[in-house]
Amino acid sequence: MRSRGEKLAQCPGRFKAGLRQPAIPSKHCVRMGANEIRRVIIIGAGQAGGEVAQRLRQGGFEGDITLIGEEPAPPYQRPPLSKKYLSGDLDMDRLLLRPATVYSDERIALLTGTRAVWIDRANMRVRLEGGRELGFDALVLATGARPRPLPIVGADLDGVHVLRTAADVDAIRPRFVSGAKLLVIGAGYIGLEVAAVARQSGLDVTVVEAAVRPLARVTSPEVAGFFLDEHTRQGVRFVLGGQATVIKGRTHATGIVLADGTEVPADLVIAGIGVVPEVTLARQCGLTVENGIVTDARCRTDDPAIFAIGDCAGRPMAQYGNRVQRLESVHNAIEGAKLCAATILGQDQAIETPWFWSDQYDLKLQIAGLFQDYDHVAIRGDMAERAFAAFYYKERRLIAVDAVNRPGEFLGAKTLIQRGHTIAPETIIDMSRPMKDLVAAAGQ
Amino acid sequence: MPKITYIEHTGKEHVVDAPVGQTVMEAAVKHALPGIDADCGGACACATCHVYVDPDWASKTGEASSMEQSMLDFANDVEDTSRLSCQIKISADLDGLVVRLPKSQH
Repeated sequence: MRSRGEKLAQCPGRFKAGLRQPAIPSKHCVRMGANEIRRVIIIGAGQAGGEVAQRLRQGGFEGDITLIGEEPAPPYQRPPLSKKYLSGDLDMDRLLLRPATVYSDERIALLTGTRAVWIDRANMRVRLEGGRELGFDALVLATGARPRPLPIVGADLDGVHVLRTAADVDAIRPRFVSGAKLLVIGAGYIGLEVAAVARQSGLDVTVVEAAVRPLARVTSPEVAGFFLDEHTRQGVRFVLGGQATVIKGRTHATGIVLADGTEVPADLVIAGIGVVPEVTLARQCGLTVENGIVTDARCRTDDPAIFAIGDCAGRPMAQYGNRVQRLESVHNAIEGAKLCAATILGQDQAIETPWFWSDQYDLKLQIAGLFQDYDHVAIRGDMAERAFAAFYYKERRLIAVDAVNRPGEFLGAKTLIQRGHTIAPETIIDMSRPMKDLVAAAGQ
Repeated sequence: MPKITYIEHTGKEHVVDAPVGQTVMEAAVKHALPGIDADCGGACACATCHVYVDPDWASKTGEASSMEQSMLDFANDVEDTSRLSCQIKISADLDGLVVRLPKSQH
């Protein structure tokens, strides 16, 4: 890690007029490599952007921080949008990561409802919509992702929605009522979480998925089968291997037509078919973009003054042979923010195992690690009891877990992966041995 | 509004107004108190909002659910009155509650 030798350095006494008071000059900037950093701009005020601003301040950075977000609200939590915000159990106030007043208290210039439209790398400036320009010494791209649009006729009708922002959910809510016919396109986590809340709210729910099983990209057939059974038991209808071709309706969606000609009626259509990383600005200014903005393990792009974190960026995964991976998760947003802030401040930061969660009905799914190239799965516990964990192995090394209502197995596996320890698949299925003991024994 | 005292590992105390209906975790995070990470935002998914309830208050905050207890088994430096603060709902009864924060959540 290049940054290890870099120290929080004292910079010469240059600081901008207009700050609240002539504070101690040495703290107004940090030195990153050969560069002095007095002005940090963060584009994107989601969880990653909000966290990096906060962590820079908490880490002692006293220079200018500008946080630019297109949405009207300060940074808020997205996971509840498809869960407790959709069900009405949490309001916007409780979604906010921090109260709106904290930003001014901490001298973080929060520009909401503001779009950055151009990055001038040579002159280190960002242009906002309307023409205003801001200079930076370090720039953090936390631009997130946008829902993949439905590529079919009728996708622009009223009653067809995606779910990414609080505004999206606010638009869904008036028709999200008991008895309404909901059609969910896509059986990923968002689609299934929406289906669960909808059933609990008394909607009639059909899920159309192009793959032959739900959660095809994100989990094993074993765990996917469990969730399929659970949703079916809860009254969700599935059309697997179903291809939506047209959404019908004059001004408002009334149903969809599948490739085989079947029609499914609907009052409300919610598409959850994945997201596309928001990389427009990164491409415009010539940064390397593959599946997301490519960074090193410390979130640096190929421009040393520009970082990229959160859903929009991919970085080498330390526990997984340093393959570059883009993750869509809260933990990845926080992890990127921690790494990026530490790099700017010249501090060390430990790397954590990636983790995720999903709530559906009374099932808490907790995932640690990246399962993608597993060659063996071992199930601990009993699926029929709705409490089990699927442990994924590659060449007998534990690489990931999907734990359903088994938080100990989740945290245990997360610890093991973090430490590079493993428990043999034959041993891990032995329920007579508590997870805690197994984890302790693995470390000896 | 109930007041909650959070004592950092270093001994530094913070007294915070905590709205009834929110959780002990939320009141801390909304005031940007160091020492509670709450990465999952209160979904009982991450065990990064671990606190030690002052023994005098332990009966009022109740017991951890089995789900919460399983997560606490893997938290650092667990004690008898350890709880995940996202699972303690603030009520008028908890006015004056004192919780201590662990050295680290990770």
